[in-house]
Amino acid sequence: MQTITQKLANPTRFMELSGKLLPWLAAAAALTLGYAMYLAFFVAPPDYQQGETVKIMFIHVPAAWLAMMGYSIIALSSFGLLVFRHPLADVSAKAAAPIGAAFTLLALITGSLWGKPMWGTYWVWDARLTSVLILFFLYLGLMALRSSLEDEATAAKLTAVLALVGVVILPIIKFSVDWWNTLHQPASVLKMGGSTIHPDLLRPLLISAIGFTILFLVLHLKGMRNEILRRRVKALTMAEVERAARGHVPAAAE
Amino acid sequence: MSAFLTLLKRDILLATREGGALGTALGFYLIVIALMPLGLGPDLNLLARIAAGVLWIALLLAALLSLPRIFEADHDDGSLEVMAMGPLPLEAVAAAKSLAHWITTGIPLALLAPVLGILLNLDLATYPILIATMLAGTPAISFLGAIGAALTLRTRRGGLLLALLVLPLYIPTLIFGISAISAATMGPSGYDAALLILGAISLASVVLGPLAAAAALRVQLQ
Repeated sequence: MQTITQKLANPTRFMELSGKLLPWLAAAAALTLGYAMYLAFFVAPPDYQQGETVKIMFIHVPAAWLAMMGYSIIALSSFGLLVFRHPLADVSAKAAAPIGAAFTLLALITGSLWGKPMWGTYWVWDARLTSVLILFFLYLGLMALRSSLEDEATAAKLTAVLALVGVVILPIIKFSVDWWNTLHQPASVLKMGGSTIHPDLLRPLLISAIGFTILFLVLHLKGMRNEILRRRVKALTMAEVERAARGHVPAAAE
Repeated sequence: MSAFLTLLKRDILLATREGGALGTALGFYLIVIALMPLGLGPDLNLLARIAAGVLWIALLLAALLSLPRIFEADHDDGSLEVMAMGPLPLEAVAAAKSLAHWITTGIPLALLAPVLGILLNLDLATYPILIATMLAGTPAISFLGAIGAALTLRTRRGGLLLALLVLPLYIPTLIFGISAISAATMGPSGYDAALLILGAISLASVVLGPLAAAAALRVQLQ
């Protein structure tokens, strides 16, 4: 009995399955996000204190959550690469990095747009903001390290080591609002004793979070497929060059 | 254990007899600090207020310059491969080399900081606290830096990449080093906590650094 991860270790099987899954997921992401935007703009009432700016939250909170999920995916994939030598682990880690970095940047930008009217400043050096900024730097470091190495197998393993070192940041981000006295509000969506957000605002937020999560998965799967195809093209080109070098391909010789 | 001590002694000897590397780091530290008043203006009150932060940041940059030295020479002449095949686990090799880096770079930089503090009109009462935070914090710089040095061992444009990889890891050390100093100048409360966290960061990196650096070295030596 094979587990699902073992079955997916075969790239061909992965391409087949993900190719079937992708249109459905993309449609689901579009529908959910469309519905979430409709709720956000036409249904959700303005907050009694924050007014309409509360609606920035419908993008900011999912983006921040996906910034952390993206890094978790990279860390899990890196673990899978280093420990189990799963053939798709590196593909997954590589594809997730730019997407996670984009969502981190989105969370930082939407947060500072919200901060200007609410806190009176675009940026404060509080623990939550600083730790998310470090997360963004970590993403950049991962991508820079990978691009600086020629050999893909070496790049994969070294990037995985760095990703696992950086995983320390995730609990720091999560608990920064509890450990330090920060301007950023503590967790209010998921907490013991129920959410402190009014249901009228909570529902669009959750739907938006689901939509963005599906969007992340779609982009991630698409990125993985592209990476697999890119590697195949590279392997085919190398084989072609090798054959041409031996002089066995008269058609391609000219 | 004797292999560990031998390697430690060898690296310290190499670093001190060679001389140039440590001198460069100290010279860099001096020139960065000397640039600060020129850039910010010679207002002594302003300088005294920002002195601790400037000293810390310049120390990070000076240490950063010396990081490639941890593995580079041994990798170039092949002795790193001999060490990898030797009886000592690669983790212990990385730990010995990081420790040697701390002794030959971290401690001298930390001890030079108060001297440079004179240039920045640092408050006299802050001197012992500054040295304490730097001695507690610099192990993290060497041991986390070893990870970056191992990761960028064979890359082109390694120096800039090393800065991008390692500086984010240094941010917690910087934050708690500075907060210990500012807590101490405001009053005794909070100083202990920040210093203890700083020590905890250093101890954690003493564990984490050699493990990750050895994992990276194994990939590099394949």
